[in-house]
Amino acid sequence: MMSMHYLAVAAILMIGMSALVSRRNLIKIIMSLHVMGSAVNLFLVSLGYREGSIAPIFTNAPSLQMVMPAPQALTLTSIVINIAVVALMLSFAILIYQHYGSLDPRRRRLSG
Amino acid sequence: MTLLSVFLEDTTALLVALPLLGAFSAPLVGKVSAKARNLWVIAIMALAELAAVSLLVDVLGGNPHFYAVGASDPALPSAAGFPFRIVLVADAMSALVAALAMTMALLSVIYSLRYESGNEGLEKYYSLVLLLAGAMMGLCLTGDFFTLFVFLEIASISSAGLIAFFSSAESFEAAFKYMVVSASGALFLLFGVGMLYGQYGMLNMASIGDSMAAQATFVDLAALSLLVSALLLKSGSVPVHMWKPDAYQEAPPQVVVMLVSFALLSLYLIFRICFSVFGAMVFPAIGWTVAILGALSIFVGVVMAVPQRNLRRLIGYAAIAEIGYVMLGVGTSLLAMHDSTGVGMSSMHGGIFHMLNDAIDMGLLLLVVGAVTYATKRQELDQVSGLAHRSGALAALFLIGVLSIAGLPPLNGFASKVIIYESVFRINPMLSVIGILGSIMMLAVFVKIFASVFLGAPYKGCFRKIPRSMLIPMVVLAVIMIFIGLFPGLVLERLVFPAAEALLNQEMYFGGVL
Repeated sequence: MMSMHYLAVAAILMIGMSALVSRRNLIKIIMSLHVMGSAVNLFLVSLGYREGSIAPIFTNAPSLQMVMPAPQALTLTSIVINIAVVALMLSFAILIYQHYGSLDPRRRRLSG
Repeated sequence: MTLLSVFLEDTTALLVALPLLGAFSAPLVGKVSAKARNLWVIAIMALAELAAVSLLVDVLGGNPHFYAVGASDPALPSAAGFPFRIVLVADAMSALVAALAMTMALLSVIYSLRYESGNEGLEKYYSLVLLLAGAMMGLCLTGDFFTLFVFLEIASISSAGLIAFFSSAESFEAAFKYMVVSASGALFLLFGVGMLYGQYGMLNMASIGDSMAAQATFVDLAALSLLVSALLLKSGSVPVHMWKPDAYQEAPPQVVVMLVSFALLSLYLIFRICFSVFGAMVFPAIGWTVAILGALSIFVGVVMAVPQRNLRRLIGYAAIAEIGYVMLGVGTSLLAMHDSTGVGMSSMHGGIFHMLNDAIDMGLLLLVVGAVTYATKRQELDQVSGLAHRSGALAALFLIGVLSIAGLPPLNGFASKVIIYESVFRINPMLSVIGILGSIMMLAVFVKIFASVFLGAPYKGCFRKIPRSMLIPMVVLAVIMIFIGLFPGLVLERLVFPAAEALLNQEMYFGGVL
């Protein structure tokens, strides 16, 4: 059953990537990046998962079979970084909309 | 224990910590006065530069530093039996790139004192610059994969902020484009890191490299290709080069100098991951991919540079081509590392040496172009001409940069490009020919710019005098270039050979950490 996670990761990653290259709206591009980020986070969490184990808190632990703590720490960090990236990109999108009056990346001036 | 010995012992950590301290305290000091803020930023950067140079000198004396953050001994294993700490590693290679990136950052801060003095909100600008410098130091020195990801994201977020800093519609567009590319690159990197974690249950580069079997597994190779492609995205090679000209056109020139060193650091990380971690198991296909993409970058970069009319955009395309030369060196050394002929070794020397030269050459050209913009307030090629009559020094500095970037003899660009051509020729003559042709076209492009911007009838428009704080960084870079050009053997022997040695010596790298 372990491979279920990885199939889900692959599916979400594919959805994100296809949206990233096919959408023509800055907000949707940001959303697809965030979807890809969630896929990677799911991947990290499922790496450390062990069937039937408890959260890795040693105080009064009923058993020593625990999920691995390191991937969870990584995921927390990566969630925070993702939020920063998305917030920054959304603010760029707002400013671009103010200047060009459109969220379509084809209406632009830098090219060639 | 004297203060100096404490400083020397902790330089590795200070190198990351000092710019971060400066970044977060700059807005506070800026409340006092603009002058105090400038002094504070310069003092922090000078101290960090001192740390970087003393670290380099110490490491080249045969004394690599392994620094465990939050522990007295990097070799101390965790309860699980392997090092679970954040380790900073300074060997000859990482100390060299750290010193290079720090020098470029210091010069760019000195340059921005006057260049940006008319703008508002500069304390935030200096925060971002110092944040970028600290993150680059972290990238040079990091010894584990997750810290690598974190520093990579800090560096790309702060450089996106800097690209968009002096707001115009185009700069937001450039920053958005940059952010899309670098955020998706970082996600692929994290995915590759996750794969390695799933395989080995650790994140420390040295211990992962140590526990790899002699034959790479499928997961190793998949992770390696994800890591390499993510770093190539960051370095702006073909086919994902389109963010580069936009960003280089919109960001202030002294910031672009730092972006150039950031791009080179991603190539350094490819070196580090391929040689120090994966060692003998690197798949030749990866070497071919990097080398061929390098040749394509040279081609696309120079061909697209020809029709450009905006000076900074043109330099952006030239930077893509220059990255291509380093990639040729990296790729060929990956291909032929175990060749008995020593081709791999010499192309590695060429790659490392060109990394140094590329940062310095592009730095000088960008600063001169920035000075032209500062003096005339124009950056279109056909709006300025005859500047040599107004400022002979600027023309001379630009000429030095042009000759070096085109790889003409008594300058530094020649020394490293010749090593790359020679070694690449023995692997595949075609790639070498593309490199030489690219160099010639680059000369043509830049001679055209030189003629149209600096020669001709004297410039009539208003011309602001170039202040001394802007001239000094340019002169420093030009002097370094002439020095390297006159004594390439000295630089190779003292800096480049030990760096290549450190990359290949996996036992030393593992031994310090485990």
